[in-house]
Formats: sequence, C-alpha cells, structure tokens
Amino acid sequence: MSTETLPSPAPDKLTKKALTADHPTWCPGCGDFAVLAAFYKMLEKRQLPHENIVTLAGIGCSSRFPYFVNTHGAHFIHGRAVPLASGVSLSRPDLHVFLFGGDGDGFSIGGNHLEHGARKNINLTYVIMDNFVYGLTKKQTSPTSPIGYKSKTDPTGAIDQPVNPMKKLISAGATFIARTHSTQINHMITMMERAMDHPGFSVIEVLSECVEFYPGAFDAANPRKGGALKLIEEKKYDNTPEDDARHDITDELAAYKLANDPFPGWFGVFYQNDRPTKNALEKKWIDTTRAKFGGAGDVDMLQKTFDRMK
Amino acid sequence: MIRLAGNSQDGIQSAGAFLARLAGRSAQEVMTYMTIPSTISGGPSIFQVRIGSGEVLSSGDEADFLVAFYQHSYQDHIGFLKEGGVLLYDSDNVQPNLDDKRFVYVGIPITGLTVEALGGTAKDKGKNIFVLGLIAKVFDLDTEKLTNLIRERFAGKSDDIANTALMAFQAGYAYPVGNVLTKLYQFEPAEKTGDRAQVTMDGNQALAYGLIAGGVRYGAGYPITPWSSVMEILRSELPKYGGLFVQCEDELGAVSMALGFSYSGHLAITGSAGPGISLKTEAIGWASMAEIPLIIVNVQRGGPSTGLPTNVEQSDLYQAIFGGHGDSPRVVLAPATVEDCFYTAIEAARLARKYSTPVFILSDSSLATRIEAFHEPNLREVMLDAKLDLTPPSASFKPYPLDHVTRHAPPGTKLGEKYPVVTGLEHDEWGHPTGSPKLHMSMTAKRRRKLQLLGEEIPTPKIYGERKGDVLLIGWGSTYGPIHEAVKLAREKGDSISALHLRHLNPLPNGLEQIFAGFQRIVVVEMNDEGLYGYGQLATILRARYCDPKISSLTKTDGLTFRVKEILDGVLTQK
Ligand SMILES: Cc1ncc(C[n+]2csc(CCOP(=O)(O)OP(=O)(O)O)c2C)c(N)n1
Ligand code: SF4
Ligand SMILES: [Mg+2]
Repeated sequence: MSTETLPSPAPDKLTKKALTADHPTWCPGCGDFAVLAAFYKMLEKRQLPHENIVTLAGIGCSSRFPYFVNTHGAHFIHGRAVPLASGVSLSRPDLHVFLFGGDGDGFSIGGNHLEHGARKNINLTYVIMDNFVYGLTKKQTSPTSPIGYKSKTDPTGAIDQPVNPMKKLISAGATFIARTHSTQINHMITMMERAMDHPGFSVIEVLSECVEFYPGAFDAANPRKGGALKLIEEKKYDNTPEDDARHDITDELAAYKLANDPFPGWFGVFYQNDRPTKNALEKKWIDTTRAKFGGAGDVDMLQKTFDRMK
Repeated sequence: MIRLAGNSQDGIQSAGAFLARLAGRSAQEVMTYMTIPSTISGGPSIFQVRIGSGEVLSSGDEADFLVAFYQHSYQDHIGFLKEGGVLLYDSDNVQPNLDDKRFVYVGIPITGLTVEALGGTAKDKGKNIFVLGLIAKVFDLDTEKLTNLIRERFAGKSDDIANTALMAFQAGYAYPVGNVLTKLYQFEPAEKTGDRAQVTMDGNQALAYGLIAGGVRYGAGYPITPWSSVMEILRSELPKYGGLFVQCEDELGAVSMALGFSYSGHLAITGSAGPGISLKTEAIGWASMAEIPLIIVNVQRGGPSTGLPTNVEQSDLYQAIFGGHGDSPRVVLAPATVEDCFYTAIEAARLARKYSTPVFILSDSSLATRIEAFHEPNLREVMLDAKLDLTPPSASFKPYPLDHVTRHAPPGTKLGEKYPVVTGLEHDEWGHPTGSPKLHMSMTAKRRRKLQLLGEEIPTPKIYGERKGDVLLIGWGSTYGPIHEAVKLAREKGDSISALHLRHLNPLPNGLEQIFAGFQRIVVVEMNDEGLYGYGQLATILRARYCDPKISSLTKTDGLTFRVKEILDGVLTQK
C-alpha cells in the first residue's frame, strides 16, 4: 500500500441503536417482536451499508415492521407489497430489499402477486409472519387458519382448507423457501442470513404467535411449552450412510413431501435453487441492447428513432 | 383502387363481393370490381375494388390502397401500390419496411381487434367483415345498404352467424381509421415549411416517445386495448436507454411495481384503459398520500365495464380527477392531437417530479391509433434528464414538510441519523403514523396546496377565433380537430363563434373567468353522457368551478368521433 493512500474513514457501525426507530405498537408478547430482534441481530452481524437497506411492507400488524426499523422504508397497501418491492429490486441493484408481512397480506389478498414474484424470481427477501389469523382487523379467519379455528367470521370453526405456504411457494417457483419459529432467535437469524445471501426470490415463513387472538397456536413446536421443534437435517454430501436420510434442498419433490407433514411440521430450509433471477435476465437484455446501439446517448438514440419516422 | 391481399380462407372474396354488390345497387354508381382468386385453395388471395367517384382516390392501374393481411400479402403486392398510396396492414401479422418512404402506413391490429370484438372463438373468421367496416368508414360508404347486404347474405343461417358478422362490421366501422386517412390525404409536400422535417406516427407512439423524452425510464403494465401498444413500445425501447418496462400479472401489480420504481427514485409510468385504471385506483390513492410521483396513462374507450373496447369515448374524466377514496388530489392532462401526446407526456413527467404527485394523461382510442405528421421536435431542447439523484439532502430534511413541496430522498441516499418511511397512513412531517385531527387537517391541506401552487404556473389557453362573441366552444382531448373545423366553417359563414381547448383539466388553467365573460354562450363539447342533470363531465366541473349558468353541454355516446356537422347542428339547436 502506498504511503499517500489515506485510510478510508471507518464506516458508521450498524448498531442496534442505529437501527432502532419507533417503539413497536404490537401487543406485549406478540411473536413479531422476536422477528424484529432477529432482524436487528442479523443486520448487526452483517454490517450492510445503512443507506442501502430497504424495509418494505403491505398492511397488517406484522406489516408495521418498517416503522420499527431505522432504514429507508415504505408502508404500502394491503397485499401489493411484492410488486412494490419488485420495482425497487429491479431498478436498484445496489439495494438490499427486505419485505415483511402477514399471512393475510401474503397468501390471501396478495396471493397472486406472491405467485408471480416467485415465478419471475425477483431478487428480494420476504419474511411472512404467519399467525394463522387476521390480527390487525381483530380475529377473522386467515388463509392459514386451521379447520375448526373459531374466529369472528367462523364462530363455529373454520371450514375451508387452509393454504400450505411451503407447497404454495414450491409450486410457484420461489428459489429459496424456509420455515422458522419466532421463539427460535438463532434459527431465525440463520434463515434470514441464508435468505439474504440467496440471489433470487427468498421467502421465510415465521410462525409468529398472535397472543391476542390465537394464543398458544404454535406451542406444539415450542420445546419450552412441551412441544417439539423438528429441524430439517440437510444433506452434507459426506458419503456417510446417514447422509442418505438427510434432505436434499435442491429436490423439489422431497421438499413437497416434507411440506406434507401434519402440523406443526418441519423447520429449516425446504428448498433452494439457483435459477437465474429476473434482475439478471433483464440486465442481460438491457446490456445487449445497449451494446447493439453502441451505448448512444439518450438524445441521439431518440433522434435515430425519429429519423426512421420521417 | 383498393386491393385486399390475404388468404382465401379469410373470406376476402366475400368482403369484396359485398363492396361490388353495393356498387351494383348504388344509385350513384360508385364502383366496379375485379377479382383474382387464388388457384390453391386456402392459399394467398387478393381482391381488388376500384372506386369510381374519384373524390378521394384517383383510378389507375396501380392500387391507391392496399390491404395486407399477412407478410406475404404485403411482400407480393406492395409493388402494385402507387407512390403516395396507403398500405393498411394487419399489424398483428405484417411488419412492413417503414423505411420505404414512398407509401403511407396504417397499421391496425385487425386480427386482435376482430377477436376482441367477437370473442376468442372467432379466430380468423370475421376479419374480412371487420375490414369491410374499416373500408366503409374510410370511403364513407352507405352503411345501411352494406348492413342490409350482410343480413341478406346470411339469411337462412342462424341468427348467431348474421349477428356475429354485423358485430365485426360495426367494430371495423367504429375503429377510428377515418381520421387517420382524412388527415393523411391532407398532407401535401408543399406543407413542409420551416427548417424542421416532419415525423409521422400514431398517438400511442407519440405518447411513448414523449415519455422517453421526459426522462421516464421505468414502467409496468398489463395489456388492454387501446393502451397495449404504449407498453409494447416501451418494453422494446426502454432497454436502449438503460431502462425497463415490465409486463405484470395484473393492473394491481403493475401500478404497485411502477410505484416501486418511482419510490426508488426513477419516475415511472403505468397505464391502461378504463377497466385497468379502476383496478389501479387504490394504489394511486397511496401515491397521493405518500406523495410519490407517478404517470398514469388512460387510453380511454367506451365504458363502463368492458363496454365498447374498440370505440372512442371521453367518459373517464371523473375517474381521473376523483377516482378513489379520500381527498386525493392529482394532476390530469389531456393531449389534443398526436403531436400534443408527445409534449403532454413531457409535461406530465416534469410536473410529476416537481410536485411529487401522480399525474394522469387522458388519451383515447381515436388519438391512440390516428396517424399524423408533425414537425420533428428539437430533442436537445425538450428532453429531460433521467438521472437517479442520491445527493444527500440538507440537514433539515424531512419527507413531509408542512411548508414545502415534498422532495423524497430515495433509498440509497445517505442520511444523518434518521431514515424515512414513506407511507399511506396519515403521518407527521417525518412520516410517523398519526391519528391527530390537527395533522390530518394540515397534511390534507398541504397535499391540496401543492396542486394549487402548480395551478398558478398553468398558462391561460389561447382562444381560437375572437375573444368576444356569441358562442365559445370548449373541448378537451381528441375532439380538437372536429371542434376547430366546425369553428372555422361557421366563422367563414359569418357566425360569431370561437373555441378553447383545455390540456390541463385538474387543476384548471388561470384566466378562464375573464374569457367566459366575453361570450353569450359557452358550450362544452365532449364524448360522454349528459348525466343525471344534463351536463357532460367537463361541463359539470366547469359549472361547479365557475358557477356560470352560461355553460351548457353538447355530448354524445355513439362511440364514434364527433363529425363537424354534429357539432354545428348541436350548437345551433341549443340556441
Ligand atoms: C384493500 C384492503 N382490504 C382490507 C383491509 C383491512 N385489513 C387490514 S390488515 C388485514 C388483514 C391482516 O392480516 P395479516 O396479513 O395476516 O396480518 P396480521 O395483522 O395478522 O399480522 C385486513 C383485512 C385493508 N387495509 N385494505
Ligand atoms: S393483535 Fe396479534 S398480531 Fe397484532 S400485535 Fe397483537 S398479538 Fe401481534
Ligand atoms: Mg395474520
């Protein structure tokens, strides 16, 4: 290193304090607090440039997330945050796009957008806080409410077959699909990190308890409440006989089979695939188009087009 | 002479036969015909018709007018087209060499429009009758006789078949091709005055290139007639400028993605026709509340619902100005001509950025498909910068200052300690949600005030004709041509009549009161319904704004552009 080179100023450290914004408006004990804590920890660990983190959401209790994180952010309308985030991701490769929301926002009103964001493999990370209920609107049936769940819209118990988020995401073509539990901070951090590092449409379903309208919903997978957390063991490719029994995360069918297990099911990475992102495919098209026109300036480019119309 | 070139299974012969029989029956001996049927069944085929009146087209061995259904039809027959002749082609199947400047090109998605008019099962059937409708319109043929001929031809078959044929004919006749060609026949080389050359394009092209000139590099949409070609052009063109247009899963996704682009600092465009704009409405309200710039193009067609997909109407003005819940002010502009589509798009981009607001551009199906020539713009002068601006704002930055127009700091902008959340919830100056009555009042007023400020910079429109007189016709959008022709004609006859055309519909320009004071009657001419109280949409707004009982309304809802005579008769009978 030459002596003239000035040391670059130490980047502002991304501390929990720097990341903390408004005090969360969630009910005391709501599972979403832990998801927020895990997100702070993950960002502290990874030290991304502060101004390049974007936190986006639709509408719901969980979708209030952006107000509680001190980064650039947007609080959009109910169910449409996936295309909003897609616009951010596609036009700004310099940004880390994080999207947060609930089960109603993602699987009901936004269900079709989720399908197409996944299919197009847009580079972003989407954390769905699934509480099996509509929290913000105070206890109506959600698309993930189990049959028999008593809500204000199903007073004698839900009768419709719930969405299976893992199956939906696998068939839609999401390229990173994981499931975690809001009582498991370290597991959440690991899933968030892996999702962020995955180039493509990465989705994490977090079972996050609504203490107000569905208390105890996820105790069956909470060891501290007498439940069992079944963790997916991924293949290590170590040529041991045990490895045969482990899960191959690139195997769509195996992932689908895991997703078929009855509640509370498995936790960990179900599926991952490195299909090219729409970001990369569009960029390739833009680059070849630009090259074909010799990178002409905007005025010359439009002039050329007009010359053809004379 | 008209030559139809396609495949024999397309029923070109029967279309030609209708024309021929019309000639045979017509009292004014309009045409003769000749056919060259194909020897290969199902292969290429042509049908040629010569019009005798010679009013619009002269006769000769070469065709004045060639209709090409397929690429091969175009390639095989373009040689028969006279220099200066018109090539009308099915833009779904034919890509002509537009560099060959000898001809006039009129591309119409005949296949698509026929399917749209008749439903998917129609496939290739019905295109012939659709084209017959187009020709009837262009040459002002006797439609009553033609529809009778069609009914007769299908007599004895099921009602369905006859009705389908009539629907195809109506759809072709309703297509605003008449404008295209009347305009074109007026182009004379002698008109090329000044040092700038003329460029020829349709309204959707002018709009798309205007957006590019306005520095718009990102957009998202979903197909619908007559908007689709704007998105198709932008999809191909924007990558040349390093930008991107995305076809989304629906209009809800499209407007949301466009808002994602805009939020990121790239002013974006989305668009549709009425049905799709209805779907975008909630997100446009978010743009008002979150104060995110966005351009929304509505290429209007007949509504409500699926309505008249291929006919023209100006019935979405209320939707543009008021559509959505809550007080959500936005800018609404309407181009008057194809050339104006280009400049209106640039203005929309400028205003959206300057006032951080959604801006509607209201075009319509007649402007969208009409081809006009206009003086080539001076791009170096009119083009706006597309650069992403991540310059850190001053230390006093707040996303929603009460005493300033909002200027967002897009993600990626380095800020001191606090980062902003843009939001659709009512908020304080920092974007924190609030239920405070006081803040809702002052923020609502802030969002209104910025459009009032914008209104101050809108120039008073020019009057066509005298500043004082009996009648002032007011128009907006594509009715510019017929209104001005009507005024010209009436003035030549000595009538005291003038015209005023509005590009800015929300907010309205300044100085209209003073103009109105100079006239006895003010008649607003528009293609929509007179409503429950007897006034069209703009007339209602002008009456509410100026409380001037002199303002009356001339409306129509037949899905066709105004004819000069209709305007003159309408104004006269109102006296
Ligand atoms: C278009 C629209 N429809 C309905 C609502 C009302 N709404 C707000 S949040 C919500 C459901 C939230 O449930 P979920 O997404 O599961 O989030 P949670 O509150 O459970 O975290 C509904 C129906 C709305 N805001 N917008
Ligand atoms: S209602 Fe339920 S989801 Fe909403 S904040 Fe309270 S506990 Fe959390
Ligand atoms: Mg929920």
